[in-house]
Amino acid sequence: MFEAILLTVSMAATPLLLAAIGELVVERSGVLNLGVEGMMIMGAVTGFGVALTTGNPFLGALAAIIVGALFSLLFAFLTLTLVTNQVATGLALTLLGLGLSGMIGESFVGQPGVRLQRLDVPFLSELPIVGRLIFSQDLIFYVSVFLTVAVAWFLFYTKAGLTLRSVGDNHASAHALGIKVIRIRYMAVLFGGACAGLAGAHLSLVYVPQWVENMTAGRGWIALALVVFASWRPLRVLAGAYLFGAVSIGQLHAQALGIGIPSQLLSALPYIATIVVLVLISRNRRLTMVNTPASLGRPFVPDR
Amino acid sequence: MDQSDPSQTEALLAVRGLTKMFGSLKACDNVDLTIGRGEIHALLGENGAGKSTLVKMLFGSLEPASGTIHWKGEPVRIASPAQARALGIGMVFQHFSLFEALTAAENIALSIDDDTPIMKIAERARNLSKTYGLPLDPFSHVGDLSVGERQRIEIIRCLLQEPELIILDEPTSVLTPQEADKLFETLERLKGEGKSILYISHRLEEVKRICDRATVLRHGKVVDHCDPKQETAASLARMMVGLEVQNVTRDVPASASDHRPLLEVDRLSRKPATPFSVALRDISVKVHAGEVLGIAGVAGNGQGEFFEAVSGEALQDRAETVRVSGHLVGRLGISQRRLKGAAFVPEERLGHGAAPAMRLSENLFLTRYRTDAREYMGAAGTIRTSRIAAAARRIVEAMDVRKSAEDPEASALSGGNLQKFIIGRELDREPKVMVVNQPTWGVDAGAAARIRQALIDLARSGSAVLVISQDLDELFEMSDAIAVMHDGQLSAPIPISEATYEKVGLLMGGADAGHPPSPLEEEAV
Amino acid sequence: MRLELVKRPQQSTLFSALSPFIAFGLTIVAGATLFAALGKDPVETLYYYFIDPLTETWSLHELAIKAAPLILIAVGLSVCFLSSNWNIGAEGQFIMGAIAGSILPVLFPDFQFWFVLPLMLIMGMAGGAAYAFIPALLKVRFNTNEILSSLMLVYVAQLFLDWLVRGPWRNPEGFNFPETRNFHEYAILPEIWSASGRAHWGFVFAIVAALVLWFMLSKTIKGFEVKVIGQSPRAGRFAGFSAGRMVVFAFLVSGAMAGLAGISEVSGAIGQLRPTISPGYGFTAIIVAFLGRLNPLGIVAAGLILALTYLGGEAAQISVGLSDKVVRAFQGSILFFVLACDTLIHYRIRMVRPAQKAEVANV
Repeated sequence: MFEAILLTVSMAATPLLLAAIGELVVERSGVLNLGVEGMMIMGAVTGFGVALTTGNPFLGALAAIIVGALFSLLFAFLTLTLVTNQVATGLALTLLGLGLSGMIGESFVGQPGVRLQRLDVPFLSELPIVGRLIFSQDLIFYVSVFLTVAVAWFLFYTKAGLTLRSVGDNHASAHALGIKVIRIRYMAVLFGGACAGLAGAHLSLVYVPQWVENMTAGRGWIALALVVFASWRPLRVLAGAYLFGAVSIGQLHAQALGIGIPSQLLSALPYIATIVVLVLISRNRRLTMVNTPASLGRPFVPDR
Repeated sequence: MDQSDPSQTEALLAVRGLTKMFGSLKACDNVDLTIGRGEIHALLGENGAGKSTLVKMLFGSLEPASGTIHWKGEPVRIASPAQARALGIGMVFQHFSLFEALTAAENIALSIDDDTPIMKIAERARNLSKTYGLPLDPFSHVGDLSVGERQRIEIIRCLLQEPELIILDEPTSVLTPQEADKLFETLERLKGEGKSILYISHRLEEVKRICDRATVLRHGKVVDHCDPKQETAASLARMMVGLEVQNVTRDVPASASDHRPLLEVDRLSRKPATPFSVALRDISVKVHAGEVLGIAGVAGNGQGEFFEAVSGEALQDRAETVRVSGHLVGRLGISQRRLKGAAFVPEERLGHGAAPAMRLSENLFLTRYRTDAREYMGAAGTIRTSRIAAAARRIVEAMDVRKSAEDPEASALSGGNLQKFIIGRELDREPKVMVVNQPTWGVDAGAAARIRQALIDLARSGSAVLVISQDLDELFEMSDAIAVMHDGQLSAPIPISEATYEKVGLLMGGADAGHPPSPLEEEAV
Repeated sequence: MRLELVKRPQQSTLFSALSPFIAFGLTIVAGATLFAALGKDPVETLYYYFIDPLTETWSLHELAIKAAPLILIAVGLSVCFLSSNWNIGAEGQFIMGAIAGSILPVLFPDFQFWFVLPLMLIMGMAGGAAYAFIPALLKVRFNTNEILSSLMLVYVAQLFLDWLVRGPWRNPEGFNFPETRNFHEYAILPEIWSASGRAHWGFVFAIVAALVLWFMLSKTIKGFEVKVIGQSPRAGRFAGFSAGRMVVFAFLVSGAMAGLAGISEVSGAIGQLRPTISPGYGFTAIIVAFLGRLNPLGIVAAGLILALTYLGGEAAQISVGLSDKVVRAFQGSILFFVLACDTLIHYRIRMVRPAQKAEVANV
């Protein structure tokens, strides 16, 4: 029972983790992409649709990654090339994603989903408890954990990561040193889009697995909050995502038990928790100021 | 050109006909420049003369529209800073190109174009810093460092690439005179090692002192070459500006009889508001009617924080901490302090003193909607735009503000013209107290002279003027007394008759009240 | 080949005026392409989208019904966005306004006087404003990002409404349907001209609100303050304006407008509370605000256009069998084009060919 709960927690946490880790890289490069929700839902509908038509959920996940990245390219072109307001453009991306996915997915509603199978890691999956928890999961779970570690390593132990952080700290300085600010940001945004796309695919191929309109239900926004919560540090995103996973699973179980609290109040818990956590983390202005990438959300036009 | 010009073949760098356009403006117009090996070459010119544009092209961060660059006799195209570095050109930027959130070593690593491990870079940086006597901790975060220390990182970063030509853009503008002396020693030493230096400055005395040759730019064009050691500061200034710059006249205070203190600051202390700001400690100062008091200091020693506290952008705990014309204003906001007769001009023009995307008339209204409410506002908070526009025209005329449109946006004006407008906006009120932070930063000589004269005239008419500046020449030219700000503390004012560069410079370095001028000591506080 | 932006010395007045039109034109082109891709005749579909709903009086009334909440919410949002307060929780404030305004007719159905309706409108505005005050307070006091907090509150409001209409507020005579009792006649917002259609006074409120806020923003010092703080907060502080008070002001205004929209919708168009009372007006209004260039008068026009797409979507579904889901995708694309075209106001766009550069290098 306990094991099963932990498993569902990790299922709820994985899409949050993926989307947040992608957004973390984007924000570390100094770009604020509020379109996570939109990219995620596009990933969800694409993943579901491709899996349904080909019968192959892996192809679905792959397609979700590609569509997520392409969709983020739209954002990148507007904010980086045309220097539009990042907040407004991110909102536009979310609104467009929600609209487009509803249109694309209309015929998928009510169709039986194709679930991404578990992949057992040989030998390790037979270990007690951790075997089922960690080594007998779906591919996207492994990817999410791997990406978290990889991003942490990339950001803090590689030259390319250092360059990315420098762009997020001060794009004018970076430009003066000859660092290709715009190019790096394009790549970061594409990475964020790919992650969000895959996160969406996890919802429609593993977690639910079905297509429901607006099925992301604010998870993209929670992922954005997680990045703030984690002070832009990958391993803290991991912790945060599992914490939120636990909250949302906890409330589901409480609903199932029927403990007399209205189900709507329980459903509201993850959203309220997000606000509470944001308040707690951001009330220390100094700390927030030190942690936030200094160029975050600022427009940049290189002079040539 | 004089005969000391080395011939093409032995020149390290030869630039011919370099041109760069921004829109319809020719920032650099057919510029020729030749730098020999082992020489310190000055590039002189006013703000906006095209110096920065020229060196950015040499360092590959701007693309020339036309012209050629020869490096050691070979034609080259410098398309990026990385290419410039590969050729052997290094640059120390004016507004540092550093990253505050990163360590010194990481900052250095970013301009090294291979994948040298960070520990190795730190070690090399440490060795180099010992060799040249530029103390540096590679693992300190830049955000915590003083301006002088930051410049050291820039210089070491540049030297690590073993450049043959080092470009320094206004390096002494952030240093105390003593720190500048140290820098000149380093430069002489580099010259002795056969390196060439392109030294950009508008400080003529130091150019005369260390440079072998000079190229003078005006309005994007080369107007002269000379040997600065053969010239006087006045003749150099004439070359730069093109005409005699009017000297500011400052006679003895006229209203010696009425010598009331109009601005009084009493034991002002302030905790740092952000992780990057300086704490103010126990600052007391009085500015009297008819007086210009200058506050000198290296950037980042609390001047901005002090300005905010005096202007009322930041409130004090006690009302008596700040007095304007005798009124206790420590608990009052900036609008109330203005109503008591004070006027303020901050350091940043765009985004602080003026809203960039707003028109001049709107920017006039910005600081005067309270003091001139009766004039500029109608019933129910409506704005009387025509009256404000008329007042804006009046100020434009009085201060000779040059502009391209009837009522342009603030960002469309040059730095000097916008500053004239901002100063004029406050002068137009005839304030009893005027507090100005960096009155002529980045302003051309003509506008600067006009601004300084206007401030002196205001004082002579019976107002108290407080000028905060990093430009010692400016302070010596304008002030009746100079106080020095260091690490959030303010020295007692020195009457101008007793003030020397040496004395003020020592105070700027922190040689006061048991504060040794060691940067490490600063960190401990 | 790449694009290069050259900053204009002055904002282009020409493109300030033209950009919404260019954006709308591009949206039409994109829409036509989309319709064609979906196998529909683009011209015919566009006709049903943008012309057909305008040909009959009753449908003009429907247009006003749909435009009213969009305009009301968007003019409120313009105050927020102009002052750089990113309130994206208008949908939640709309719902809370509707709930607060419905307290009287739902809980006190026998309390039937002429002044019930005015009270409901005031309570609706207060409810929306109070709900918007939460993210404002959190931003001022705890430095909490208002984008995320205001959005999270939308979900909370939706769930709260859902709980009310299924639980304590459910109509006792309603056969267990999740809805409140029908409002009594004193709680119904009257129709403007009932002889010809259903349009209610909400549309009049919207026009009045737009005029009032237009006057405030363009003619008074409050509007000046909004713009200064939004454009350069530091200059605003130097002028003596308080950014914190502005946060509260902007959120209260936009919350009150969204609340008014909510109660008008419920008492004018629906007549009771249901689990869902808005087809996403609070989010569509973001598009309306930007399409109207954050100018209340522009927002009236933009609100009518976006309202038209709702009606057009229905018309196209009936006549050419195009899914009504297309509407939201279509609306979403408008905002992209608007934002992209706004670049032209501040920058000139130049094409640079790499070949040219090589030439420069060879000179």
